[in-house]
Amino acid sequence: MTTSLLEVRNLRVEFPTRHGNLLALDDISFEIAPGEILGVVGESGAGKSLTGAAIIGLLDPPGRIAAGEILLEGRRIDNLPYEQMRLIRGRQIGAIFQDPLTSLNPLYTVGRQLIETITTHLPLNQTQARKRAIELLEQTGIPAAAARIDQFPHQFSGGMRQRVVIALALAGNPKLIVADEPTTALDVSIQAQIIALLKSICKEQGAAVMLITHDMGVIAETCDRVAVLYAGRVAEIGPVHSVIHRPAHPYTVGLMGAIPALDQEVERLLQIDGAMPRLNSIPSGCAFNPRCSQAFDRCRSERPELTSAGGTTAACWLHANQPGQEP
Amino acid sequence: MSEILVEVKDLAKVFDVSAPWLNRVVERKSRQFVHAVDGISFTIERGKTLALVGESGCGKSTVARLLVGLYEPTRGTVSFEGADIAQTLKAGASQTLRRRMQMIFQDPYASLNPRWKVLDIVAEPLREHGLFPDPLQLKARVDELLRSVGMSAVDCDKFPHQFSGGQRQRISIARALATEPEFLVCDEPTSALDVSVQAQVLNIMKDLQRARGLTYLFISHNLAVVRHVADQVGVMYLGRLVELADKAELFTNPRHPYTRMLLDAIPDIHMSGRARTPVQGEVPNPLEPPGGCSFHPRCPQALPRCTTERPQMREFKGVRVACHAIEPQAIEQ
Amino acid sequence: MMQAHEEPEPMNDKPASAPNALRRFLDGDVWHSFCNSPVAMLAALIAFVCIFCALFADLVAPHNPFDLASLELMDSRLPPSWMEGGSRNYLLGTDDQGRDLLSALMYGARISLFVGLASVLLSMLIGVSLGLLAGFVGGKVDAFIMRICDVMLSFPSILVALLIDGVGRAIFPNAHDSLAFMVLILAISLTGWVQYARTVRGSTMVERNKEYVQAARVIGVSKGRIMARHVLPNVLGPVLVLATIQVAAAIITEATLSFLGVGVPPTSPSLGTLIRVGNDFLFSGEWWITIWPGTMLVLIALSVNLLGDWLRDALNPRLR
Repeated sequence: MTTSLLEVRNLRVEFPTRHGNLLALDDISFEIAPGEILGVVGESGAGKSLTGAAIIGLLDPPGRIAAGEILLEGRRIDNLPYEQMRLIRGRQIGAIFQDPLTSLNPLYTVGRQLIETITTHLPLNQTQARKRAIELLEQTGIPAAAARIDQFPHQFSGGMRQRVVIALALAGNPKLIVADEPTTALDVSIQAQIIALLKSICKEQGAAVMLITHDMGVIAETCDRVAVLYAGRVAEIGPVHSVIHRPAHPYTVGLMGAIPALDQEVERLLQIDGAMPRLNSIPSGCAFNPRCSQAFDRCRSERPELTSAGGTTAACWLHANQPGQEP
Repeated sequence: MSEILVEVKDLAKVFDVSAPWLNRVVERKSRQFVHAVDGISFTIERGKTLALVGESGCGKSTVARLLVGLYEPTRGTVSFEGADIAQTLKAGASQTLRRRMQMIFQDPYASLNPRWKVLDIVAEPLREHGLFPDPLQLKARVDELLRSVGMSAVDCDKFPHQFSGGQRQRISIARALATEPEFLVCDEPTSALDVSVQAQVLNIMKDLQRARGLTYLFISHNLAVVRHVADQVGVMYLGRLVELADKAELFTNPRHPYTRMLLDAIPDIHMSGRARTPVQGEVPNPLEPPGGCSFHPRCPQALPRCTTERPQMREFKGVRVACHAIEPQAIEQ
Repeated sequence: MMQAHEEPEPMNDKPASAPNALRRFLDGDVWHSFCNSPVAMLAALIAFVCIFCALFADLVAPHNPFDLASLELMDSRLPPSWMEGGSRNYLLGTDDQGRDLLSALMYGARISLFVGLASVLLSMLIGVSLGLLAGFVGGKVDAFIMRICDVMLSFPSILVALLIDGVGRAIFPNAHDSLAFMVLILAISLTGWVQYARTVRGSTMVERNKEYVQAARVIGVSKGRIMARHVLPNVLGPVLVLATIQVAAAIITEATLSFLGVGVPPTSPSLGTLIRVGNDFLFSGEWWITIWPGTMLVLIALSVNLLGDWLRDALNPRLR
């Protein structure tokens, strides 16, 4: 087994409410190798943001990790006390969130926020930290970085702000970046710039990325592997090319068919009837079975495990009976 | 069926975003205006769909609201079946016009009154125009509308918060269709929806258009969705129309540099390995648009002329483009 | 393959038919938060007892303190029953006229509550209407109404009430009691409406830009109908909380005015009047004549305030 950078094993995240325990993530497992870009894709309610939050250790209470392990370079991080996790956050794991407007503190200059992050995690003094901050800003493509470092977030445009956020995430030289919908709030043309930046700078620094998004196009452009989440479970995971062009799980097939493509025209988009089940009414067996055109009895009673299915790994009984089942 | 249903001529809308009078006097600031829509002209044929695309700040949402009369134009006219809608709305004959054109909004969570039952929401246009005074007939009509968008009659007594985003958008569509309008303005109706739900809603909209001969103005920032639904596509930038063409022509042979840039910027899900030109810059501040052609700071083909002279829309072989760099060549590519 | 219609699941396991309003309320977060808050339940209990006694004073009070025939001057200034010299007949003691204090409390509370509630209702009416108008129409109307609010807020509320009261008395020098009540209620409500106007104006400005309002405009609904039928139901939440807390403030204002002698007419003493009357006897040791009305006032105001606090937190979606 190759040494993976991040390993998530059987993660369960629960929300205790007065209507009962809501299981938001149910037995999620995946790995990220050093320097790899893993996409986590799913529709609203699938649990992809929660996965990111659980990894960074920023689950909103009353949500909590009920079971499972998260290992960073072989060491468990899900059960660390707050102080230790704080040191890991920023130094080993960087985070990029969706809204650049709220990710930066509007009352402090960009330079101050950068320098604060750098000095917290790296043994540099103020002058060295400032130099590194300017370097980071230049690397993320902000023109006249030496002058703009002393400006406030509101003086930057949306795309520029997101670049600053990327610089902040990379300030501590982390090995893993968790990016939660980093381009969703941006215009299409800016989106393309930011994706390209993310890709190049992470390859340069050797950082692995967990890219959470609902946009399959972004995944296609950036990621090496992709995990498809449905109702808090992993439906399919595999190399990006295989998942997109030869999806094994019926949900992934439906998802691909529902996306209008730029280069081809269909009369009617493939439509998956119904909607993702709410957390308090997840069907027994395979969570997708009520909407699946190929469901049979076993699907309704037994939950499928992830098994190998052609080029990818899918949690589907259709593929469980193939020879060479072990993932 | 090439009757023109909607015609827009030199439409413009200017918003006054100046600071309050006292602030202006004390701080000696001048008045500030945003030219959200700056001289747009197009036509929509009956039964067809015109899509307007562009990024944030391009004014497409403002155009949508101008077309249904939510805003009054600063300049120019919007005509429905040849009659200026601004006049019609002022003259008090607005009810007939309002029955014939309706709007679907972007945010499924804000477009339905959270305190009203679905029955009241969908029945509101019917009640407002005095159709179906008998409550039983009214309920029957609402049931029929809900069924036509794939929902059921039992949904009448529920409240919006009991439904998902896609279902709410369908309720919005049912409400918009209540008075049997001919023209629907759709302001990013699927942008807030998941991909699979978007597919459902787009299919429903296409089915309804075929069945009832509806005319759509479809606003979106997503070119792939536009490719799926539109007959004609208009590309907007900072309040101006830069290109207007039939769909097939626009996607295979984009003329304006901005259109090309937009198409290039879209992430390629099928990874057909297109060659991409790198994208430069960002949309400028609408309060201080560049002079001449507003795209010139980002344009790879900018000429000196572009900084001073605003390009006019010219027609080349059925495609309308506003660009200086293109005019000399007759686009025989 | 499922048909296109999907049956959405309600949050509780009830059948798909829509539950009626009571059911919805009992299942909702507000009721649940109430049952989980001992403070709210205690406050509600105290408020309920006070209101009950006040409403049904005729039936509950042991004596009628305003029936001059039943007063016994011999029984005046008796201390509470558990003290030496007290009598079982008069549980909390009597005042200088022989009136039973317990009964006087109940009747007084009735007057105080009546004036308090009536002025809050009138404030709400004025404030919500003006706030809706200002928020929805905007422009000069908004600026005008807000300037009036600013002016009203720069006057201390008691002074405004005194002013209106004084003017009222000057205009109607021989007014009978019901007119005096109306002037009093008007005075108090004119000091309180500004809060409602501002709150409602803010909420209206938010709701006005929401798409359901735009949808109604596209349908062709008139502005007045949009304000009343669409916007109003959605801005009433904070108003409810405000009203609850304002009831306490109104009662205290009324008590203050009555204490100063310019409130309710002397023939219908409210708690404030009772406090004033009893004040004169405080230094001769007959503390009960003023302390009991004071305690009752505090209890009512406190319990209503606590209820208002709880309601505000319960209705705040972020705190749930």
